[in-house]
Amino acid sequence: MLPAAAPPPAAPARRRTRRSPVSWVRGGGLGTLVFLLPMLVVFGLFSWSPIVQAVVMSFQETNLVTAPTFVGLDNFRAVLDDPLLWTAVKNTLWFAVLALLLGYPVPLLAAVLMSEVRRFKGLYSALAYLPVVIPPVVAVLLWKFFYDASPTGVFNTVLGAVGIGPVPWLQDAGTAMVSLVIEATWAAAGGTIIIYLAALTSVPPELYEAAEIDGASVWGKVWHVTIPQLRGVLLITFILQIVGTAQVFLEPFLFTGGGPANATTTVLLLIYDYAFANSLGGDYGSATALSLMLAAVLAVLSAIYFRLTRSWSTS
Amino acid sequence: MRSSKSIAVLAVATATAAALAACSGGGGAESADGRTLVNVSLDPGLEQGAIDAFNTRVSQFEAANPTIDLVPREYKWDATTFTTQLAGGTLPDVFTVPFTDGRGLIERKQIADISGQVAELPYAKSFNEKVAQAGSAADGRMWAVPIAAHGQALHYNRTLFTQAGLDPDKPPTTWEEIRSAAKQISERTGQAGYAMMTSGNTGGWIATTMDYAFGGRTEKLDGDNAKSTVDTPEMVKALQTVRAMRWDDNSMGSNFLYEWGTINQDFAAGRIGMYVSGGGNYGSLVAQNAMKADDYGVTALPLSGGANAGVLGGGTLAAVSAKAPDKVKAAAVKWIDFYYLEKLTNQDAAVADAKSTADSGQAVGSPELPVFDKASFDQRLGWIQQYVNVPLKQMAPYTDKMFDQPLVPEPTRSTQQVYALLDPVVQSVLTDRNADVTALLNGAQTQAQALLDKK
Repeated sequence: MLPAAAPPPAAPARRRTRRSPVSWVRGGGLGTLVFLLPMLVVFGLFSWSPIVQAVVMSFQETNLVTAPTFVGLDNFRAVLDDPLLWTAVKNTLWFAVLALLLGYPVPLLAAVLMSEVRRFKGLYSALAYLPVVIPPVVAVLLWKFFYDASPTGVFNTVLGAVGIGPVPWLQDAGTAMVSLVIEATWAAAGGTIIIYLAALTSVPPELYEAAEIDGASVWGKVWHVTIPQLRGVLLITFILQIVGTAQVFLEPFLFTGGGPANATTTVLLLIYDYAFANSLGGDYGSATALSLMLAAVLAVLSAIYFRLTRSWSTS
Repeated sequence: MRSSKSIAVLAVATATAAALAACSGGGGAESADGRTLVNVSLDPGLEQGAIDAFNTRVSQFEAANPTIDLVPREYKWDATTFTTQLAGGTLPDVFTVPFTDGRGLIERKQIADISGQVAELPYAKSFNEKVAQAGSAADGRMWAVPIAAHGQALHYNRTLFTQAGLDPDKPPTTWEEIRSAAKQISERTGQAGYAMMTSGNTGGWIATTMDYAFGGRTEKLDGDNAKSTVDTPEMVKALQTVRAMRWDDNSMGSNFLYEWGTINQDFAAGRIGMYVSGGGNYGSLVAQNAMKADDYGVTALPLSGGANAGVLGGGTLAAVSAKAPDKVKAAAVKWIDFYYLEKLTNQDAAVADAKSTADSGQAVGSPELPVFDKASFDQRLGWIQQYVNVPLKQMAPYTDKMFDQPLVPEPTRSTQQVYALLDPVVQSVLTDRNADVTALLNGAQTQAQALLDKK
């Protein structure tokens, strides 16, 4: 590995030319710009301009109908003073922890097992990927039906057969979040499994053979060959998982609306509630202020994480 | 080579310009022939017969008002989409909202001030006072026009009552009777005896309904100041009643995250014995949830708090977009008068409306409260009698009493936000056996007061 401060290889000497606007146009610059224009317009209109507007809005009090007024940092203060913010942060962290415990190892395990099977490999991949194909809203509504808390609910009937339950699932502050994570894991695992499967094919088989000759067990092969070889991919999926769980919205929104008693109110759901729960059009200022804070926290987290783990990244 | 490149550049530029032009859309308030253009609301998902009937009314209106061009747009108030439509400016010029939102929309100037035009209507002064309040600003000027009104009622499933050995013609008349009936239904049928909405601000709505029924109020107005009175003995009593049904009797089933749509669904499916909601709910239970008419029963909400006890009222307001210029506002009020109010005041309009509603398979004759006085209300019922298609006899326990019950408007300040604060309180009571009702209400009151002080 090269030390980080190693000087870059000397670039071939090249004369930097400063072109005049006229020569830029003659050289086809205008054409490039025109071809670039549709993308610039689309991105500007639908991506960058909303971001800029959100930043502006976080310093305003507005209902988007009457003229907005600038309120300085009031929105940020209001958000930080809201007792629900800390509940939401706690819930989001709890979701993230549960999702890491459950959602991170399960796909890896499944991928390793699936890469070991010799027959019907395609079938297993298709089955694993199937939940990803189901529209998320449909999946949640289906699971809502499964999670019926009465003894005659689908899951409770199954569990009842082995003497467990009935479990209150979504209807209890203690079990609601776990129920959400189980569904979220089921829904998202397929995509991650496919990524792992692809990465596993790139692991040179000689390494396994060498390990086998050295007398490594299955677990030893996974621990000493598979995981180190996958570390780049694992790193990326880990970051994606953190970013994804910090923005969890769909499950609490559709399953519980944040209940029971705010047990599943996440940061993103809180942002949504600030803006839209009140049918009069709520507090868009606070909603954008909290969005910016979340974005800042995630950016900082990602930066720290990449810095800390740079040494064992493959790239 | 050069020319083909130029052509390509030109093509891209033209496409971009066209895309931009398409994005900028919008339009003035005038049609090409100089008539005033007004977007009016048409219920989505109607049968062709009902759409034709609506279009006939539009043509009649345009014939009588040749300077106005009406453009029907599909719209139905929905809590989840209204906010975005309001903020995004995509509402029709004339739209309807529930009473709950009236005062807030007016305070925040999110709808047009049409009080001048409304005051000129011949019946402007004959609105039922309590109903008119929902569409009026604090100074009494009417910004939105009430077009329908109802009170809360107790809906019950007659079939479950029979299965549980209860007499469906003698529904509960006190909260104790509700409790014992719920227990009996739950024990004998396995379904929820009594269920309650708790999510999307409906928990606060129903808790407030119960609070009113026990004689409480959730706010106290003193001039410009409002005091939150969420934490009162009446509200405690309301929540303790629910708590007892949930934890002592286990008669509230297993779903404690209901909102308006899902509770209707489960009620129509025969999974709920009783629940509290708007008195005119039968229409949507039939139209959206295929409720069997034989199952349906409704009775008056038991009041048990002495002279102060009352039924929480609700209803629908017609409002005009805040963006509408004066000409559109004037035309919009004419349309509100013609379309929404004539069917309450004019025989031909009332009959035509009832006929098309009945023809399209929707309910005619669900219990309502008068927007004007009782005499004109009864007169209209007489006009539309032959089209009534709801089980009137099964609604008698409610309709016999509804005019005698004192109607109390919803709280007026930060209504939805205070409801939202009460949602988790109700959810806690239903999902946590050890929930401390007093502490929860105390916390909610502090937060509610902070909201009220902001105004």
